[in-house]
Amino acid sequence: MADKMHIKLKVNGADHEFLAEPRELLIYALRERLGITGPHVGCDTSHCGACTVTIDGKSVKSCTMFVAQANGADITTIEGLGSPDALHVLQEKFREHHGLQCGFCTPGMITRAVKLLEENPNPSEEEVRFGMAGNLCRCTGYQNIVKSILAAAAEMNTVKEAAE
Amino acid sequence: MIPAAFDYYRPSDIAGAIALLQEHGDDARVIAGGHSLIPMMKLRMAEVPHLIDLQDIASLKGITISGERITLGAMVTQHELIDSAELAAKAPILREAALQIADPQVRYMGTVGGNVANGDPGNDMPGLMQCLDADITLTGPDGSRTVAARDYYEAAYMTDREDDEILVTVSFDAPKGGYAYEKQKRKIGDYATAAAAVQLVKEGGSVASASIAMTNLSDTPVWSEAAGAALVGTACDADAVKSAVAAMLNDIDPTEDNRGPVAFKRHAAGIVLARAITRAWDRA
Amino acid sequence: MNDMAPDRENRAAGLKGMGCSRKRVEDVRFTQGKGNYVDDVKLPGMLHGDFVRSPYAHARVKNIDISKAMELDGVVAVLTAKDLEPLGLHWMPTLAGDKQMVLADGKVLFQGQEVAFVVARDRYVAADAVELVEVEYEELPVITNPFEALQSDVVLREDLEGQTEGAHGPRKHHNHIFTWEQGDEAATNEVMDNAEVVAEEEMYYHRTHPCPLETCGAVASMDKVNGKLTVWGTFQAPHVVRTVASLLSGIEEHNIRVISPDIGGGFGNKVGVYPGYVCSIVASIVTGVPVKWIEDRMENLMSTAFARDYWMKGRISATKDGKITGLHCHVTADHGGFDACADPTKFPAGFMNICTGSYDIPVAYLAVDGVYTNKAPGGVSYRCSFRVTEAVYFIERMIEVLAIELGMDAAELRRINFIRKDQFPYKAALGWEYDSGDYHTAWDKAMKAVDYDGLRKEQAERVEAFKRGETRSLMGIGLTFFTEIVGAGPVKNCDILGMGMFDSCEIRIHPTGSAIARLGTISQGQGHATTFAQILATETGIPADSITIEEGDTDTAPYGLGTYGSRSTPVAGAATALAGRKIRAKAQMIAAYLLEVHDDDVEFDVDRFVVKGAPERFKTMKEIAYAAYNQAIPGIEPGLEAVSYYDPPNMTYPFGAYVCVMDIDVDTGVPTIRRFYALDDCGTRINPMIIEGQVHGGLTEALAVALGQEIAYDDLGNVKTGTLMDFFLPTMVEVPNYETDHTVTPSPHHPIGAKGVGESPHVGGVPCFSNAIQDAFRPFGLRHTNMPHDHWRIWKTANDLGLHG
Repeated sequence: MADKMHIKLKVNGADHEFLAEPRELLIYALRERLGITGPHVGCDTSHCGACTVTIDGKSVKSCTMFVAQANGADITTIEGLGSPDALHVLQEKFREHHGLQCGFCTPGMITRAVKLLEENPNPSEEEVRFGMAGNLCRCTGYQNIVKSILAAAAEMNTVKEAAE
Repeated sequence: MIPAAFDYYRPSDIAGAIALLQEHGDDARVIAGGHSLIPMMKLRMAEVPHLIDLQDIASLKGITISGERITLGAMVTQHELIDSAELAAKAPILREAALQIADPQVRYMGTVGGNVANGDPGNDMPGLMQCLDADITLTGPDGSRTVAARDYYEAAYMTDREDDEILVTVSFDAPKGGYAYEKQKRKIGDYATAAAAVQLVKEGGSVASASIAMTNLSDTPVWSEAAGAALVGTACDADAVKSAVAAMLNDIDPTEDNRGPVAFKRHAAGIVLARAITRAWDRA
Repeated sequence: MNDMAPDRENRAAGLKGMGCSRKRVEDVRFTQGKGNYVDDVKLPGMLHGDFVRSPYAHARVKNIDISKAMELDGVVAVLTAKDLEPLGLHWMPTLAGDKQMVLADGKVLFQGQEVAFVVARDRYVAADAVELVEVEYEELPVITNPFEALQSDVVLREDLEGQTEGAHGPRKHHNHIFTWEQGDEAATNEVMDNAEVVAEEEMYYHRTHPCPLETCGAVASMDKVNGKLTVWGTFQAPHVVRTVASLLSGIEEHNIRVISPDIGGGFGNKVGVYPGYVCSIVASIVTGVPVKWIEDRMENLMSTAFARDYWMKGRISATKDGKITGLHCHVTADHGGFDACADPTKFPAGFMNICTGSYDIPVAYLAVDGVYTNKAPGGVSYRCSFRVTEAVYFIERMIEVLAIELGMDAAELRRINFIRKDQFPYKAALGWEYDSGDYHTAWDKAMKAVDYDGLRKEQAERVEAFKRGETRSLMGIGLTFFTEIVGAGPVKNCDILGMGMFDSCEIRIHPTGSAIARLGTISQGQGHATTFAQILATETGIPADSITIEEGDTDTAPYGLGTYGSRSTPVAGAATALAGRKIRAKAQMIAAYLLEVHDDDVEFDVDRFVVKGAPERFKTMKEIAYAAYNQAIPGIEPGLEAVSYYDPPNMTYPFGAYVCVMDIDVDTGVPTIRRFYALDDCGTRINPMIIEGQVHGGLTEALAVALGQEIAYDDLGNVKTGTLMDFFLPTMVEVPNYETDHTVTPSPHHPIGAKGVGESPHVGGVPCFSNAIQDAFRPFGLRHTNMPHDHWRIWKTANDLGLHG
């Protein structure tokens, strides 16, 4: 077995340090070491996006990253997007527009959607579909996910305009 | 899916990475974005006792445009290719192609180097780089050397790169004229059933020069010199396109897989090439 | 009373009862990443299990050497069939009356079959140890085709050698499992022989897989101090798992607690009992510590519960003017290495005998032959009631083929053969009694909504333009009218391993007027916590927001048969309504006592009982609940609770009319879905928002199956589609927006008239997408081509028809 490495991660604003084998997958480090179980393993081969987190400003599939590669990174998961008293607009809109069913893809889906709206605050439906194509959902047929994201974009833009 | 154990290194310069490659020989592999290598390691189809992560090597990063010469660092991601307005102005085919690779998350991690270096027939960048007549710069223990992308690929996963060399940059002259990257795939995230990269220059109503390369239709990318030549001097009319397609079909050698049998792939190759030529011509 | 109406409306709206699009209560946790799925269960000292699996589809297992694996630091145990044999657990019974190896007992019958179970400190050590188990195989001839299996000398199931009688009657060959016959063969043949028109067709409904985003898994924890076994797992039927676990292990049922936590999609994949569940339980019993087993995606696709794989041969007869006179269907069913189909036990081919569809067909005959091959076992209802997707695909293709034979429009052919509204309840030729329907109204509404005549006109123009060389795109119009059969089922004929398929609800009203209800079902995304509370809100007058719905814990929930085959609303939903009515009946007595009137002098009014004729005199349910606990009422027990076990008198028969408009690139074989219209009639609608979501999801799974989703094997029995690169799950880019619509024909026998909807869109969607593709080529002479319609197969269809010049 390879030597364990000293790993430092910042996750949702909190610093963590631990020893881990380099081969440990980031998704398992989050889920099993840190108890951050929002992101899930769906496909194991970077196709489904259920494990999506934001790493140093990028949307990343954490099942396809070793914890060693993430050493030193700043990571945000679904747990870091809002709090029970102050949900992220996307969390609200997914509920409002029935953008989820079994909930398994939802953490990755919302985490990716947050980043998408940072990249493109005013996307067309086509741009939403293209920008979310790395996240699979087996339940919803996507129609209400698209609706949720477009509604969130509209609301975020209204809030932004009001603030300006 | 859990990979076998490995030792992990994150050198801060190329010399450090090469020293590790020399030390561990066949047992070492470099990793960039990892989205080809890690799934293979998880499936235990690739065993890598020593994994050398290139992410801290600053000299492998960045897009440099100097006059008409464009140089892409090996660690430039597909996302960065798409995001670069300057690159989109100078070589728009890169953006068009990169948008057809994988999905947003994978494009954040996937790199030019990773896509070009390994000789995976499914990757899109090798054919594209052949179309652009790019130079691939490799650095090894004895310094750097440059290989034409058109000479780099030998067979599936077999390239001109030595085990102790690292692909550091890919560079090419800003392409002229019209362009198109046309890809047929089963769904987002899939490799090409057939894909074509076309650059062509129009002068006085006819094709002055044309470069055509095909992806996932042989065990290497295929730059079809004859297909390009078939267009030169023509008005890119239906007959010329047909000749180019016929020439291309002589150069490819697809195999059957889940995307379909050989006859279908050859047909699809002809269709995507014809469409790519037409689009490139319209843009020229 | 008129001036009371706004007040009543407000009170009714405040309940969030049936008929409103109540937002889902589940979503609060799911959107914050606080769901609790089986892989989120983490117990102190928990070990991880992982399988050594066969790389061969058919081989003798000569030797298993675990010594190197046992030497690896962190490995606790490696189980093989030899270890399970003394416990009688090296084989287990299947739901279909067959038995299945838990771990390879002398041979393997499919690629990916479980050979040994490694138990280790963590998932990393377990995966390493799997590589160190040395298995010596001797390869045997592989059979992946059922017709070949029935001709072959190769005996796949040596354990059954010499057994001529199977669980469902005589076996005709050593690789034959059963023949299941329904209807009148002689009468059907006679009609066919004398018919004016007979259309015949053979079709293969390919093997696919439900592939929920969460794979299967379990955590077993044997508490040796208290003698209690707790198992968390991806179980669509937790009570059945408890009973089976008790029967297999000998642990008394009260000492077993089965918990289905949140489930990341099921679609039939999580109905069966898998070797992983058994091995994690045994491993926990052996080691005395909790053991977790979670399969990866490749294992999921290779070894757990496939769907479909039916070779169907049909004949349909009609008069010259299109009145159908008879239907004949023969199926060769590829069941893989073991018959582990998840059907009610007396129905080895599920409800395939619904294959007369929505049509008034006087006589019919169905025979299904089940066959063993070197493929994974399973045969689950992938987002449908038992084999109904196959049945509906069959009849909806036969209708199209008959239309071609008759030179008739397929919409009109359907219309003249629909069962008429006045024929319900309708006794079908293959035995079922359809409860209610109004097919003509639904069909006419659909045809009008899509401007069917306009579409046909446009299509004809496109064909002409294609022939003139002006376009390389063809247009297909896919039609489907389906009738589902869901809600299994009357206990008298539907059971699973002897357990009758009733379902249950238990409700407790708390003194302050809120409530908890527990059911024998388990949501996998359908939103039960939301909708069952809506049923109770309407039935009891307690706001849905004040009702907690709990499922999935066998220690607390009443016994039920679980969630699959769209049975939750038809069966557990009925139990819920009836439990609510029991609460209301007792509340009525309490209210009457409190209001000092006779029981019959009060009546229920939304959220209260009022004195008849004096609506200002009332007691709210909240007041009644308080009194139930805190006031001594002569002749009435304290408390306000009810339990209902519901054995449905019949299935329910949801139906719908779908239209798909597709444009097809003849040169690349790439289809584009331009429009999809879905009209569903699921009877009474409990939550329109959730119904619409179910329809979108089911249609998308139908799109996947019709257009490319397949478990494919090569001749050596290797799975060619083991990852999501090759197993087609569409992304947002490949999926269209759907138009939904509805009619409402309540079920006459269901307490609230609801029929179930979750699976209808899949059942109706698959033939609709397929018909659209095939319809595009009908003008060029196509009669039938098999799914999946992926690019190359569509291209091949065009190529075979000479459309590439």
